[in-house]
Amino acid sequence: MSIQRTTTIKAFQATLRRDLLIAYKRKNDVINPFMFFLIVATLFPIGISPDPDRLSEIATGVLWISTLLASLLAMDNLYRADYEDGSLEQLLLIPHPLYFMVMAKNVAHWLISGLPVVLVSPLIAYMLNLPAESFGTLFITLLLGTPVLSLLGSIGVALTVGLGSRGLILAVITLPMSVPVLIAGTLAVQQTLNGASLAGYVAIMGAMLLASISLAPLASAAALRISVN
Amino acid sequence: MTASAEISTERGTGSEPERVVMLHAQDLFCVRDDRILFQSLNFDVRGGDILQVKGSNGSGKTTLLRILCGLNQSYEGTIHWYQERIEEQTESFYGSLLFIGHRVGVNKVLTPVENLRWSCSLQKQVSDKELYTALKEVGLHGFEESQCFTLSAGQQQRVSIARLLISDASLWVLDEPFTTLDSRGVKQLEELLKNHANAGGAAIVTTHHNLEISALKELTLV
Repeated sequence: MSIQRTTTIKAFQATLRRDLLIAYKRKNDVINPFMFFLIVATLFPIGISPDPDRLSEIATGVLWISTLLASLLAMDNLYRADYEDGSLEQLLLIPHPLYFMVMAKNVAHWLISGLPVVLVSPLIAYMLNLPAESFGTLFITLLLGTPVLSLLGSIGVALTVGLGSRGLILAVITLPMSVPVLIAGTLAVQQTLNGASLAGYVAIMGAMLLASISLAPLASAAALRISVN
Repeated sequence: MTASAEISTERGTGSEPERVVMLHAQDLFCVRDDRILFQSLNFDVRGGDILQVKGSNGSGKTTLLRILCGLNQSYEGTIHWYQERIEEQTESFYGSLLFIGHRVGVNKVLTPVENLRWSCSLQKQVSDKELYTALKEVGLHGFEESQCFTLSAGQQQRVSIARLLISDASLWVLDEPFTTLDSRGVKQLEELLKNHANAGGAAIVTTHHNLEISALKELTLV
């Protein structure tokens, strides 16, 4: 009926650009999870032991758990502001599949909260005395794993966005779903150090990523419709 | 406690029955917290109609609008858009729908122009010139680049009203659009509604405000 209807790709771009712009204007929402990641990763050597051998054993686990917690902390921003100001309703009432709009928001969210953590991870790995030959493996697995964490977290946020007091419910929903990523990620780093091939782990994590790209936004979209109802 | 909903649809002057029915609601029934908000609710919205939904606080006006838009699924009955159920043609329906709710959909950290660019480009392609012209027309000239948290509630409402100027949507669904507007803003929105109806569009509005629009249809929820 309308003359110059926009394409889904244009709507995707508009949403992506808007979310990046909001992040640019609300810098503390971006910086806080990142600082949280750095601090949590730094607490382990202080709390457990500064002994380099001990540290190199736990380094992978520390990095992955810090990443998981930082991603969880950043998650709550994903739909809350939009829910509160009514933008979410606008997003539901457009002639485009909600899947792509959710995807746009997830991509923006990963660029803001996931990518900085991935980029700085070799530095933290160095601090935790992880053997230098594992830096590459760690980087690749985090690059594959953090989008999965964002996409899975998005489902939890979408489910809880309508609740008045969210509290820890988000963590209770999201963290168990993240366990496979954690297992694959930490195993990849440890086993490749013992001589295993990286290819298998990359394949598994790649499969997780593809599965969550294709399915998680659908679940998020359905959950958003329920939350707005 | 009353558990009934009484509907009276009064026809204003100048409504011709042969105009095409855009939206047809049949046997709508909605319960909330064991209370029947409305039942056997039937009405048509034709091209050129402005339907004012009236009723006391808590009578289900907002719920009705959200049901019509498909935001609220907890109802019984059917809603047709040009003779077909809306569930079966969401793309065509949402391409022709513009909804402004209680929460106007204006992000606080973005500027009016950025907000408007996003919400309009979900529906159609817009140029910056159109955006600035629309904002100027709703009286936000000089505020285009201020972040929205610095604006008053009425000004934020005007940002959402600027969407009406740009959109091609034929059905407007507006929930309490007048609440925060000043008297000039109210006049302007009434003008917009009239022009929209004259151009063959339709609008469903909830308000307690007495609209100065002839040919107004009323729907009262009790």
